[in-house]
Amino acid sequence: MRYWWKALAVLLLFYTLIGGFLIEVPRQVILYESIRNLYFHVPMWFSMIFLFLLSTIYSIKNLSSGSLEDDRKAIELVNVGIIFGVLGTITGSIWAKFTWGAWWTNDVKLNGSAITMLIYLAYLVLRGSLDDEQKRARISAVYNIFAFVLLIVFIGILPRMTDSLHPGNGGNPGFNNYDLDNNMKLVFYPAVVAWILLALWMANLRLRISRLKENLSS
Amino acid sequence: MKIVLLLLSILLALQTQAQEIPMADEMRANGKIYVVVAVLGVILLGLIIYLISLDRKIKKLEEETEK
Repeated sequence: MRYWWKALAVLLLFYTLIGGFLIEVPRQVILYESIRNLYFHVPMWFSMIFLFLLSTIYSIKNLSSGSLEDDRKAIELVNVGIIFGVLGTITGSIWAKFTWGAWWTNDVKLNGSAITMLIYLAYLVLRGSLDDEQKRARISAVYNIFAFVLLIVFIGILPRMTDSLHPGNGGNPGFNNYDLDNNMKLVFYPAVVAWILLALWMANLRLRISRLKENLSS
Repeated sequence: MKIVLLLLSILLALQTQAQEIPMADEMRANGKIYVVVAVLGVILLGLIIYLISLDRKIKKLEEETEK
């Protein structure tokens, strides 16, 4: 079965929805029921990072193979990753308004993710400005690898070195150590898989359209 | 003395009750959270059906171009 992973995505998404709203969650001040956002806001970022990582791998492959198919995969993964990044930013902003008291704070992770989004938007601009296919593939592959290194710095490292409103940052251990109880893990991990699979599905559609266009023009 | 202690403990009990963390217990007790789940379920279903139909359309095009 070639479609099993799409079916799994649908199944896990519905599980996330039902379990995410109905299964008991820890009672915490300030957060209250909004703790359930963990199943929706956080997987947006995990999906984005996963897609960008895959894209980086295809960029590396492109550099060694020179294959335009690898380049196509790299760009479509970034395209969908950006959608998830935008969704992560908006949902995070709403959540922040009602728990931290402002739509946007100067939290390192917020600014770091904003910078990362700009870096990836620049990737699209860079691609748009190059006409020669081979050259575009090569130059943007180098930039894409560089972009992912910056993502690790801005989202993975810097927020851990200073105080941050996000759990798991500012010298704290990973958020799952004490913020995430077993009930929440039961929904959170399948939710991450569900959203990542959905993102891959969307990227898969874009990739196939891009291949079709290529076939039409050649 | 005993009365004072009793009053104090009642006061403490009241205070802890007031500090109890508000959750959507009401909503769950009335069963209305299911309405939200149902609504979001419809939206999710609609989006997935849309994705599947897109998938099929692309597949058809792929088959046509292969010919």
